Amino acid sequence: MSLLLEPSAEQIEQGKVYQEMGVKDEEFEMIKKILGRLPNYTEIGLFSVMWSEHCSYKHSKAQLKKFPTEGEHVLQGPGEGAGIIDIGDEQAVVFKMESHNHPSAIEPYQGAATGIGGILRDVFSMGARPVAIMNSLRFGELVKPRVKYLFEEVVAGIAGYGNCIGVPTVGGEVQFDPSYEGNPLVNAMCVGLIDHKDIQKGIASGAGNTVIYVGASTGKDGIHGATFASEEISDESESKRPSVQVGDPFMEKLLLEACLELVKCDSLVGIQDMGAAGLTSSSAEMASKAGSGIEMNLDTVPQRELNMSPYEMMLSESQERMLLVVKQGEEKEIHDICSHWGLHSAEIGRVIDEQRLVLWHGGEKVADVPVDALAEDAPVYHPESREPEAFRKRQEQKAWRPDVSDVKETLTALLKQPTVASKEWVYDQYDYMVRTNTAVQPGSDAAVLRVRGKDKALAMTTDCNARYLGLDPEQGGKIVIAEASRNIICSGGLPLGLTDCLNYGNPEKPEIYWQFEKSIDGITEACKTLETPVIGGNVSLYNETQNGAIYPTPVVGMVGLIKELAHITTQEFKQAGDAVYIIGEAGEDFGGSEIQEMQTGSIDGRAPELDLETELHRQRSVLEAIQKGLVQSAHDVSEGGLAVAVAESTFGTGLGAEIVINGNVMEELFAETQSRYVISVARENQEAFEQIVTDAKYAGSVTEEATLHLSKESGETILQASAKELENAWKGAIPCLVKSKA
Amino acid sequence: MKFAVIVFPGSNCDDDMYYAIQEGLGEPVDKVWYTEESVADYDGIFLPGGFSYGDYLRSGAIARFAPVMASVVEQAEKGKPVLGVCNGFQVLLEAGLLPGAMQRNRSLKFICRPARLVVANHETGFTSKYEGEERITIPVAHGEGNYYCDDETLRDLQTNSQIVFTYEDNFNGSKEAIAGIVNKQGNVMGMMPHPERATDQILGSDDGLKIFQSILKQWRKSHVLTT
Repeated sequence: MSLLLEPSAEQIEQGKVYQEMGVKDEEFEMIKKILGRLPNYTEIGLFSVMWSEHCSYKHSKAQLKKFPTEGEHVLQGPGEGAGIIDIGDEQAVVFKMESHNHPSAIEPYQGAATGIGGILRDVFSMGARPVAIMNSLRFGELVKPRVKYLFEEVVAGIAGYGNCIGVPTVGGEVQFDPSYEGNPLVNAMCVGLIDHKDIQKGIASGAGNTVIYVGASTGKDGIHGATFASEEISDESESKRPSVQVGDPFMEKLLLEACLELVKCDSLVGIQDMGAAGLTSSSAEMASKAGSGIEMNLDTVPQRELNMSPYEMMLSESQERMLLVVKQGEEKEIHDICSHWGLHSAEIGRVIDEQRLVLWHGGEKVADVPVDALAEDAPVYHPESREPEAFRKRQEQKAWRPDVSDVKETLTALLKQPTVASKEWVYDQYDYMVRTNTAVQPGSDAAVLRVRGKDKALAMTTDCNARYLGLDPEQGGKIVIAEASRNIICSGGLPLGLTDCLNYGNPEKPEIYWQFEKSIDGITEACKTLETPVIGGNVSLYNETQNGAIYPTPVVGMVGLIKELAHITTQEFKQAGDAVYIIGEAGEDFGGSEIQEMQTGSIDGRAPELDLETELHRQRSVLEAIQKGLVQSAHDVSEGGLAVAVAESTFGTGLGAEIVINGNVMEELFAETQSRYVISVARENQEAFEQIVTDAKYAGSVTEEATLHLSKESGETILQASAKELENAWKGAIPCLVKSKA
Repeated sequence: MKFAVIVFPGSNCDDDMYYAIQEGLGEPVDKVWYTEESVADYDGIFLPGGFSYGDYLRSGAIARFAPVMASVVEQAEKGKPVLGVCNGFQVLLEAGLLPGAMQRNRSLKFICRPARLVVANHETGFTSKYEGEERITIPVAHGEGNYYCDDETLRDLQTNSQIVFTYEDNFNGSKEAIAGIVNKQGNVMGMMPHPERATDQILGSDDGLKIFQSILKQWRKSHVLTT
């Protein structure tokens, strides 16, 4: 809307223009009270984005307070661009995950690409060098052309941005379920490394200091992106295409290198990325955190188009921009670094004592609002929560059991399920090796990156089995944390902490809010027991279409420290003759399992239970055995159950295995009982291993012959299959689905 | 032997190349910014991978006009070893130091994986540490690595033994599975696979190290002869 056509303050109130921006009637009344007058068009724009769910967490704040956010190694918890955890040697790891679901639903390539760009900026604006990108993706079933299109374009978008900027995409997860059909999830995580002395904060302190804008010019793209992300997806969402930003990874590469030089300058006071809500959130948040204000002359903002209005400039989400606060009189040093990297830098304002955001345009004051009102004082809602009737019924159901006549056929079919199948088709498109630190490549339980010059490494994983949460958000929430920790443990690492990306439906619906509340309870309890603090994250609500809400999907990104490079462990069997152990016995846990989904086309019943004390005990003993050099390979049992986990342990090795299955065969092979592992141990270490991992049961051995042979205690064969044949089924499934015409 | 790693805006394997020389080979190395006017002080010049100028217009098409390139061409003509990897190879093609051009991969998708290569010519200054027909594993990571040249150029390349590496499995559709070539004089090599990513067992392979060692061996030989 051009400046001349903007409605007046009175028209905004009478015509309820604010409603189009997602501001509720009662919120408008609050804004009037804060200002002591009617807001003008620019001002109501500022409030609407800052008070959107995406920026203010107004529906989730009350629940998020439950998370444990502190721990022995935590240097920075939630509240800054990203959280920070100490890893010794005066070094720290910086990481965060964020969603880009809504933009990816309508413009998948750019939506995903800019999701990567945004999360990278969150990390390098803290002063850290990004060392890895991870992701977590959800799509509908890989059958319909639209889903295939979204899947291919999202992967291409992540690859296009990450490969170009030269930060390796080292792993992630992709799952497919009808609940995500119109509303895919694109969650991206960035991990960075920093020396303690270089840690930066986004603060605007010191009246008179200069506000400098660096990077790409401001255009009309992404206006109201944060607001769009805070509503349900509907037929009208297509019209929100202009809310989607367009990424330029080349520009971001220059910005990255410039920022990592800038953070070494004493003249730099604060730095923050212009992400969601662009110039508005970066300026208001930096000022609010410092207890100061900012005055800006919008005529000096670099603009891509002529005649941009203050409203458009403040709400634009053009990418690859940073806001800096620099000591007065020392601006030249900053401009010189920017210019070396070919970047535009402009002085657009100054820090003021009054805690207000004051904007000038064409010689007129166009906005004057308290910064805390924008950044801190958004209303906090406590929506109604109601346990769904269906949940109570599920607790009383008789457990579903699979129908298996041919184990080989069932196992092969499970390996071809897109959620279980090899994701090589995906990660083949990601440069996962650039920067030459990737020690464990995508496809294992967790990705591992060495820390150059040190005898240590970082393990990282993203996880969430949302089916369990769909059945039971509290149990499912616990399992998410436990499974992520298990993946870190299996790689030889000690879990340090996590970031989360909480994807849910519309919180204003009581049954959705119940899911949110219960899953936060489960996550919190598991985080406390497993000692994995939550150091940051993001909430994405309103993931709904006409067909309903997505499964509650709280994705976690967890990082662990591998204390010596010699501890790095992968899931593949290493040598014929090694002993194979299974930790944990299966129960009747088929609710939400891959086999249930495969055989019935949906999920039902009770989610698997998780005993956190057992979980912790097993994790600690497995890690101890790994650290003592007693473990050849370690793999946790997850989607598909034990049969899938054993098969996966043979893939890519040319080896086979002979395993004896005790107990109920169907449960042992296909149930998704928690806290289970498949571990191989060299013969000479068996005794020492058994002493440490007391829950481990000897089950058989790795064989030279590439055959998977499972038998009962009686000697009766359950399964005899060529490992190569199973591997081909597992590898071929996704390429085949993508290519096939619906 | 002193090396220069040229850094264009958008290069992103410059650090990897730098560490491969410093840690893998143990020789002195500088990163040289694209605005520098001379690389005459260096004994070997490397053009790293990445997305110079965002690969906008066409990979390598803008980088060839970067100020430093005049000196790179001059030093190449003087016979100094010049190695372009991935985007660096694309720049050498655009600069006319090597023949041919790159197309998008046959799959039209970016491909990142450890690739099996055949050392087609082990008698160059870049490959003398390898055995003839040796099979090695060096990673690739490119969207435009589908090498193309006309038949006449191909005949020249074959006649002069300029084809240095070929892919065992021609996954990107390159003409004659070409992965790397040298110029006629043998002092300029371009290759799509990344030897700097294969210099340490912890990364999965150290098969790339011999390229760096061969360059050093060649330099030592000529250096002893000329001084």
